[in-house]
Amino acid sequence: MPAETPSPDLDATRVEVTDCAKTFAGGTQALKPTSLTVEPGEVMALLGPSGCGKTTLLRVIAGLETPDAGGRIRFGDTDVTDRPIETRGVGMVFQHYALFPQMSVAANIGYGLKIRGVAEAERRRRVGELVDLVRLNGLEGRRPPELSGGQRQRVALARAVAVRPRVLLLDEPLTALDAKLKDSLRDELAELLRRLSITAIHVTHDQHEALAIADRLAIMQAGRIVGIGDGEALYRKPGHPFVAAFLGRVNRITRDDADRAARRIRLADAVWSCPAEIDQPAVLVRPEDIQIGPPGDGAATMKVVRRVFLGERVQLHLQPATGDARELALTAEVGRDHPIRRDEVVGIRIASDRWMPGEAAA
Amino acid sequence: MSQRRTPLLLAITLAVSVFTIAPMLLSISAGLVNNYSVGLASGFTTRWLGEVWSGYSDTVMRSLLLAVSCVFGTLVIGVPAAYAFARSRSRAMQVFEEMLTLPVAIPGLATALALILVYGQMRGFRGSVAFILVGHMVFTLPFMVRTVASAFARPDLTALDEAARSLGANFRQRFLGILVPAVLPSIAAGSLMVFTLSIGEFNLTWMLHTPLTRTLPVGLADSYASMRIEIGSAYTLVFFIVVLPVLWLLQWLVLTFEKRYAR
Repeated sequence: MPAETPSPDLDATRVEVTDCAKTFAGGTQALKPTSLTVEPGEVMALLGPSGCGKTTLLRVIAGLETPDAGGRIRFGDTDVTDRPIETRGVGMVFQHYALFPQMSVAANIGYGLKIRGVAEAERRRRVGELVDLVRLNGLEGRRPPELSGGQRQRVALARAVAVRPRVLLLDEPLTALDAKLKDSLRDELAELLRRLSITAIHVTHDQHEALAIADRLAIMQAGRIVGIGDGEALYRKPGHPFVAAFLGRVNRITRDDADRAARRIRLADAVWSCPAEIDQPAVLVRPEDIQIGPPGDGAATMKVVRRVFLGERVQLHLQPATGDARELALTAEVGRDHPIRRDEVVGIRIASDRWMPGEAAA
Repeated sequence: MSQRRTPLLLAITLAVSVFTIAPMLLSISAGLVNNYSVGLASGFTTRWLGEVWSGYSDTVMRSLLLAVSCVFGTLVIGVPAAYAFARSRSRAMQVFEEMLTLPVAIPGLATALALILVYGQMRGFRGSVAFILVGHMVFTLPFMVRTVASAFARPDLTALDEAARSLGANFRQRFLGILVPAVLPSIAAGSLMVFTLSIGEFNLTWMLHTPLTRTLPVGLADSYASMRIEIGSAYTLVFFIVVLPVLWLLQWLVLTFEKRYAR
């Protein structure tokens, strides 16, 4: 992209959500009392499975839903809780883009400016800038049904930022696209958001999308934020078993009371000491943190019962070499050139700093 | 896609076509021959068409005016009502929507009688075309409302509405600038239906009309009852000549909108 492309001058605004809950008619509380601060210019992902409350939180921030009494939302120094979406100063990108089908690309992008009474000439200039920014040159006269999924997504983004919103809200912006396109648009979207340096809140259920686009992630489960931080830190030190399981994959090993009291982890025929900070009955470990080597020397002796070639990596399903084979299954991952075969008996080792705490109650 | 032609299917299709088209053709031809009892041998003439036009041209104009006014009236009342029905989830609105549909199920005569009982004393109104228009609108409104309400209820319309709100548009700007254009194909389809129902409406109109406010179908009944068969048939031909181009135009509009707003 040409470096001289002008970026719309947006003021980065801090977003502060304080004790916002949302109870719908019928009594379901889709969002428990939640607080969240998004720093000026930061891209925050709300990540979680469907029904976790991420979209509700986004809609509360947008002004499409009113929080239950007591919740406040501030954009910078302004309390916007009582402002409807029309005057809240947000730009929004919808899941299926919600482009106006009867309008051209240019009219879609310029719609908000027209509503605000921006003069024709100025409007045309701004639309031109945005068309450059999202590289839709030559398509200004097309209507949305004539565009590809990726082009529609860029129109939706340009339309949302055209009005110089204080906060940009993205509701599953890549979900409607097919997998290949998604990957390339993901990077493009991340790059655009950096260039706009706008405060953005991005809802997704796709961990890779969240990791690629956001500066920080808020992981949600059952109406609550259960983990918040930058992606790498959350992945390495999840602090919450749901975060560990949702961000990447984990193996769960449950311990009996005796092992727990003695700070031990037992895996097949191996007994390891457990890191002092882990007190929970269950412990977690990621597949890529499992080291495969020769048996013996304190390693857990396990047998490869299944080998799944996944392209860039190979997944191994492991079971104890002796005893009840169905007792424990562990998933490990190795590089694609690893020589290990099915039915091979190997020694499993796990570095003690790779253990993560599991659920509080077994 | 290739389909096997079966002689039986072809025969059935032809039989049904002949069965439905033959009466129309016969009726039209009856209006163009000198003497129906003699048949084609009596020779063709446009005399009957001329007589129909001189005697009943006012009914043609009145019916067209009524149908167009009816479309306009159901648009003005029906489109906002359709939006309200589509957005509201209240029980009262559901009951109201069901009531709106009632005139379709109740015989037109009953609706007409009710209108006469209520408004019969308002002499000026009772004797005007506006009285018939009210009857037609009561009967056709549910067709417009139902067609357009189902379009307004589409989830993508809700998203369009929210998108326009996020860009600062007020209700009037959203309704007229975004929502109505997005449901134009359904509005056109509803208009087509309302026009068709109004121009051919006989039941209600028969009760509501006065000798000075006869419509095309009422005139048609009158000519069948009191004139030569050739004049009645020529009248049918006039009906076709007047209505078909309008129907084609409306259908073309519906298709154009559908193509234009296809997603």
